[in-house]
Amino acid sequence: MSDTTAGLRHVEHVMGSVFSFDIRDEPTPAVRRALDEAVHHLHRIDEVFSTYRPDSCISRLGRGEIRREDCPSEVLEVLFLCAHAARVSDGWFSIVPEGTLDPSGLVKGWAVEAASRILHEAGAHDTCVNGGGDIQIRGRAAPATPWRIGVAHPLRPGELVTVVTAHDDLAVATSGTAERGAHIVDPFTGRPATALASLTLVGPRLTLTDTYATAAFARGDGARDWLEGLHGYEALAVTPDGGEWRTTGFHRYGS
Amino acid sequence: MRRAVLVGTGSSALVVALLALKPHQIPGPDTSAARSPVPSHTSTGASTGTGTYTGDPVDTRYGTVQVAVTVTDGRITAVKVIQAPDQNGRDQQISSQALPQLTQEAIKAQSAHIDAVSGASYTSQGYAQSLQSALDQAHV
Repeated sequence: MSDTTAGLRHVEHVMGSVFSFDIRDEPTPAVRRALDEAVHHLHRIDEVFSTYRPDSCISRLGRGEIRREDCPSEVLEVLFLCAHAARVSDGWFSIVPEGTLDPSGLVKGWAVEAASRILHEAGAHDTCVNGGGDIQIRGRAAPATPWRIGVAHPLRPGELVTVVTAHDDLAVATSGTAERGAHIVDPFTGRPATALASLTLVGPRLTLTDTYATAAFARGDGARDWLEGLHGYEALAVTPDGGEWRTTGFHRYGS
Repeated sequence: MRRAVLVGTGSSALVVALLALKPHQIPGPDTSAARSPVPSHTSTGASTGTGTYTGDPVDTRYGTVQVAVTVTDGRITAVKVIQAPDQNGRDQQISSQALPQLTQEAIKAQSAHIDAVSGASYTSQGYAQSLQSALDQAHV
């Protein structure tokens, strides 16, 4: 079992965040190449989608200097996914959260999911890809050992709210205010969302899990009912006064 | 032995994940480290990954950051800051609390037996990067 597996680990600073790769499979040449490719892919996504780079495709598109057709195909894919997420979330996820084109709320999770898929296609089936605290898991940490993901407590640094146990492929995303101050805005008012301290969502794939976590966080008080009706996703929320709530199926993943 | 390596490297990504979480905490001066008894949760079976390893100096916009990590049987027992940016009073105050806390967290999370941490993101970039390079030396 793991005695024969050295695994492979990598940390990359990109998109203004830390991405870490934890690969428990045998690091074959194919897996190493896939890791290089996944890292390269993250940088490429950053080039195309960074709203901090005035010359990025997304910035130029936002300023109306180019048309969608002039952008790489990934841009169309992301715009489509954003439109889908906006629809499912009743507009609580917005691609223009502060008035300008900014799909960042979806792109990071999408990038992590893509990196995870690149590894998987190369034969790495037991992996954890973490994009600044939003995580895509595949397979197992070790044979017969599930991955265990701690959920950081938004109000008590260093403490965990719970530990999510992933018995199979799983995405875990947390949206919150604590780490960078209030940085998720209510798309309907343009003001920071403050009804929750953090919201953690588990789901099958990170792109939508992360995006729905952001939408639910912005939604605040109405998030619980919305998430209860969202098939395949379960949530844990911490309120600013330290209270907690969970959707009914969350117990399958954590206490 | 290989198993020990696995356990050890498991810790390293965890620490980096943890460090990526903290708010507005700028790596600070040599306030260093928490040495704390770490309950053992798995038998590592061997004693590789023991020693103190110095990370690469990393340039950040606040200045250069460099840390060293002490590893015992593939587990982190202390993190020490060797170089940190010049600091004003406010930063000094933040970092005097932040660094011991980050170290405690890293150590505590190991004993919680988890592989990664989910939380809203923030990057203590230089700290995390230098720490990772120290851990890479410790385990590879």
